Amino acid sequence: EIVIDPEPPLLDYRMLPSSQQIQYGDDNVFKHLRIEKGDVERALRDAPIVVEGVYETGAQEHVYLENQGMIAFTDDDVVVIKGSMQCPYYVLKAVTHALARDAEQVRIVQTPTGGGFGGKEEYPSTVALHAALLALKAGRPVKIVYDRGEDMAATTKRHPSWVRHRTGLDSAGRLLAQHIEVVIDGGAYVTLSPVVLSRAVIHAAGPYFCEHVRIDGRAVFSNAVPFGAFRGFGAPQTQFANERHMDVIARTLDVDPVTLRRINLIRDGQTTSTGQVIADGTDRVALMEQALELARYEEKQGHHRGFNAVHPTLRRGMGFATFYHGAGFTGSGEVMLRSVVYVAGRADGRVEVLSANIEMGQGTLTIFTQLAAERLGYDPDDIVIAEADTARVPNSGPTVASRTSMIVGRLVEQACDDLRDKLGLEQSVRGPAVRKAIIAWCKAHEGETPRGSAQYQKPREVTWDEESYRGDAYGTFAWATYVAEVEVDLRTYGARVLDFVAVQEIGKVLNETLARGQVQGGVVQGIGWAIMEECRWHAGAMTNHQLTNYIIPTSDDVPPIRVHFLENPYRHGAQGAKGLGELPIDGPAPAIVNAIAAATGADPRVIPVTPERLMTLSDARPVSTASTGGVNHE
Amino acid sequence: MSDTVPITFTLNGSSVSIAVSARERLLDVLRYRMAFTGTKEGCGEGECGACTVWLDGIPVNSCLVPAYQVRGSNVQTVEGLRVDDLDPLLRSGATQCGACTPGVVMTARWIQDHPDLLRTHTIRELMAGNLCRCTGYDGIVEGVEGLLSGDGGAS
Repeated sequence: EIVIDPEPPLLDYRMLPSSQQIQYGDDNVFKHLRIEKGDVERALRDAPIVVEGVYETGAQEHVYLENQGMIAFTDDDVVVIKGSMQCPYYVLKAVTHALARDAEQVRIVQTPTGGGFGGKEEYPSTVALHAALLALKAGRPVKIVYDRGEDMAATTKRHPSWVRHRTGLDSAGRLLAQHIEVVIDGGAYVTLSPVVLSRAVIHAAGPYFCEHVRIDGRAVFSNAVPFGAFRGFGAPQTQFANERHMDVIARTLDVDPVTLRRINLIRDGQTTSTGQVIADGTDRVALMEQALELARYEEKQGHHRGFNAVHPTLRRGMGFATFYHGAGFTGSGEVMLRSVVYVAGRADGRVEVLSANIEMGQGTLTIFTQLAAERLGYDPDDIVIAEADTARVPNSGPTVASRTSMIVGRLVEQACDDLRDKLGLEQSVRGPAVRKAIIAWCKAHEGETPRGSAQYQKPREVTWDEESYRGDAYGTFAWATYVAEVEVDLRTYGARVLDFVAVQEIGKVLNETLARGQVQGGVVQGIGWAIMEECRWHAGAMTNHQLTNYIIPTSDDVPPIRVHFLENPYRHGAQGAKGLGELPIDGPAPAIVNAIAAATGADPRVIPVTPERLMTLSDARPVSTASTGGVNHE
Repeated sequence: MSDTVPITFTLNGSSVSIAVSARERLLDVLRYRMAFTGTKEGCGEGECGACTVWLDGIPVNSCLVPAYQVRGSNVQTVEGLRVDDLDPLLRSGATQCGACTPGVVMTARWIQDHPDLLRTHTIRELMAGNLCRCTGYDGIVEGVEGLLSGDGGAS
């Protein structure tokens, strides 16, 4: 007989757990991080003005169009797994560990992956292991493909967050002290939550200079579904809070939001919250002003005042966000990864790039082809990108953290140079001469191929102390200002984005079409997170785990996303590139919610700002039809 | 399988016959019985459009079509399109991961064949039945514009 004695689940991570609900330590906090700069308590005590605010973000489902899926079979003594994944070597590590096999007895092959956004960073290890166990037991090939309902119910999502700001300012709006507390819902499993928390706290103070900063971050256990990696990786949550808070400060102090940012945006020579000196020559104020200009920010604000004064049901507003995103692994992450890339010559003279970095639509194949072709003076058609098969390719790290072009791409360039060295060629030799040398080498070395390799080396000037969380959190940051024009319909409280301008400095644009696509796709995913996408829960399970009632933007829900790039090459990135993939999801939510606040006078602090949520917040009401003659025309 | 019915229909211009059960979806018959795997399943409930095929010339979600209903009909899948005709979509960045792409191009080519629709609808309205999570839709809209103008579409 089975007796079930249910215990009360802890479903709200913001609540203090009862003693029964403690799963870790004495408070369920399984990761605590602190960033400390200056003397925040004294600075807050001395500040003439202190503005407080609490901001929250909800879970978000990735909705890659291709669900999770894996095939497993045995080939002699080797377990072979093929499927949809971002990180073949993560899957290899998980499967070898779980099956207690050597790495040579497991082979992981990535198949072109139908979208990831972080959702295929860690979860595919689970699907792979399930398929492998079944294949071993059955002695037959096994395929597991999740249907949408299971994928949405079971897989990881973006961490919900709660962020409290206490900010000391002078009357002009200069930041004197930032005390920021960050709590993320860790769900029922640790997953990548500690690392997400790390990126969250490092980005929490925004692209501003402040002498006195304390950031406390906590990841707490709950009985919710697992939360994990999702494009932006904690930075969207804390930068939503920070950029909303900047507008709350502006409103409280009656300072223009543009002026407030202009005063506080970090200048070259100043330091971030971790003490990282920014000195890249990018004019962040000019970047912001260019974005506002392209969006016709001032001019439209004037139009909106007139429009809102007379329109019975519609309210329009402008909002923007200034933000940044550090590319590559945080702190010592890249040093510990020690990524390796090979570039090999083939007997026919073509060149093959071997890496574990995968294509999921973001353009790895194109970018690596482009980089190798340009480095060697080759026709792109003569560059081959190896399948990401752990039996063949070296571990160049996971395809995450906006690191593929900037960091692994740089290794591709270095491995091309090393190939030239191996061939005994000067570095100036390009094109047909390289090809001839490869063919000759292969003839002279029967059955072998010439191979160049490169391993990640930390730039000398980058220093990071994991213990104190001080130093260069990232090799470099990309900088951006996004501007949104929003219309709210007071009959439905639905918000619609009318115009969106995205200006960013990303080092170097490697491929205009791909770069533009990353920004537009990231912005639209951010629009969904800001105003549409809401995970609903009952007893800890997602109840709207289908596309019928978990609503993501369609083509008709969004305007054209106007993208503009500024270049300022980063010397350690491929051709000067900085990471780009995640940056675009940091800015849309605060820009849009700031615009909703401007349009309606409401002060939303929680996203998504669904119509239901906005209705409860808004004092703005449609003018009754009786008082306007009963008809309104747009 | 006593509960199957034999059906004959035209698939990408060729007549095909197959026995289907009452429960089978057109999507599964195409993918798993006939190996036309270009058509993708994204949600299985008619929301995402990844499984879009033309049924007698009209785009439909093949996950919502019982296979027996296509008896005597004309079914066109992405495999029946000419790659060269899709050039504007490739050049405009209409595709990234490719999972939505088979459905997107079926709708896009249908709009191209029915330009009169644009007198009453925008491209964004007509494409709204095809969810894409990668592109943000600008590349898709520009690709459709390119199909319509015949000039390649890339801005």
